[in-house]
Amino acid sequence: MKSLEELKKIREKMQNKVILREGSAEKRIVVGMATCGIAAGARPVLNTFVEEIAKRNLTGTVEVGQTGCIGMCRFEPIVEVFEGDKRVTYVYVNPDKAKEIVEKHIVGGEPIVEYTIGAAEK
Amino acid sequence: MKELSLNILDIAQNSIHADATLVQILLDETDESLTLSIVDDGKGMSEEFVSRVTDPFSTTRTTRKVGMGLPLLKLAAEQTGGSLAIESRERTLYPEDHGTKVTAFFYKNHLDFTPLGDVVSTVVSLVQGSPDVDFLFRHTFPDHTVELDTREIREVLGEEVPLSSPDVLVWIRETLTEQYEGTDEEDE
Repeated sequence: MKSLEELKKIREKMQNKVILREGSAEKRIVVGMATCGIAAGARPVLNTFVEEIAKRNLTGTVEVGQTGCIGMCRFEPIVEVFEGDKRVTYVYVNPDKAKEIVEKHIVGGEPIVEYTIGAAEK
Repeated sequence: MKELSLNILDIAQNSIHADATLVQILLDETDESLTLSIVDDGKGMSEEFVSRVTDPFSTTRTTRKVGMGLPLLKLAAEQTGGSLAIESRERTLYPEDHGTKVTAFFYKNHLDFTPLGDVVSTVVSLVQGSPDVDFLFRHTFPDHTVELDTREIREVLGEEVPLSSPDVLVWIRETLTEQYEGTDEEDE
C-alpha cells in the first residue's frame, strides 16, 4: 500500500476535530445510486461531490450520502440537497453541474433553480 | 452499462443490502480473459431464488433489490462468449458459513467486451456509501496485483475516523491509482 503514514496523519488531523454524528451536518447532499442512477452517470457525480467537499474543507459541515431509486428514473442522475427542513432536488446532474452546485448552493447559499426538478418539469 | 466497473458497483450494492460485513471484489485478468468475482458473507439467497435471479422478467417488486443488476451483468458476460455463475448459501440454512458468490467470465478480445473502465471510482463510491462494511479489492494481472483492503485501513484509522471521511476517500483513490500506474496493462 501507498503510505500508511499518510493515513495516520489523516487520523491525527481528524481526531483534533469533533467528529459529527450522522445527521448533524448543516447540509446533506444525497445522490441516487441505484441501477438507474448508476447507468445514467451518478458515479462521477457522487465522486465530484466527495472531492469538492474535501477540497474546500467542508468535511463536518456538509455530508455526502447515497440513496436508492426514488422512482423518478427518467430524471437521473438525481441529487437532493437537504438543509434543515428544506430540500432542493436537482435532476440530470453531471460533474460540471455538481461543481456548480457546491460553489453556488452549498458555499454560496443560493440554489440553482434552472437545474432543479421544478425547472425540468416545465 | 457503459463500463463493467459500473456493473460491479451495482452488484456490490446487493451484497451490502444482504447485510454483508465483508465484500470481496476480485478481478483476475489474463491476455484473453477477465474473471470477476464478487463474494460476500451476507444472508444469501434460496436455491429457488438463485435459479430465477438472472431472469429480468421473473423479478417482482418484493425482490426488487436485486432487480436488473444481475441480468445486465449476465448479458455483458455472455455477449463476449463468457458466462455468469451464482452460488449462494442462505443464512437460515448455513448459520456459520453463508453468503453469495457471483462469478462472471469474459473473453476480453471479443468485439462485444465492455471495457472495465474506472474501477477505482467504483471502489471509492462503495466505501463512501457503506463505510461500516469492509471491502477487499484485488485486481490480478499476470505480473502485478492491485489491492486494497479496508480492514487494514480501519486498523490504522481506529474507530473514531469513518472510512467515508473525504480525506480517507482521496487517499484510497490515490493509493489505487498509483498501483494501477505501476501496471503494464493499464486500464483507463
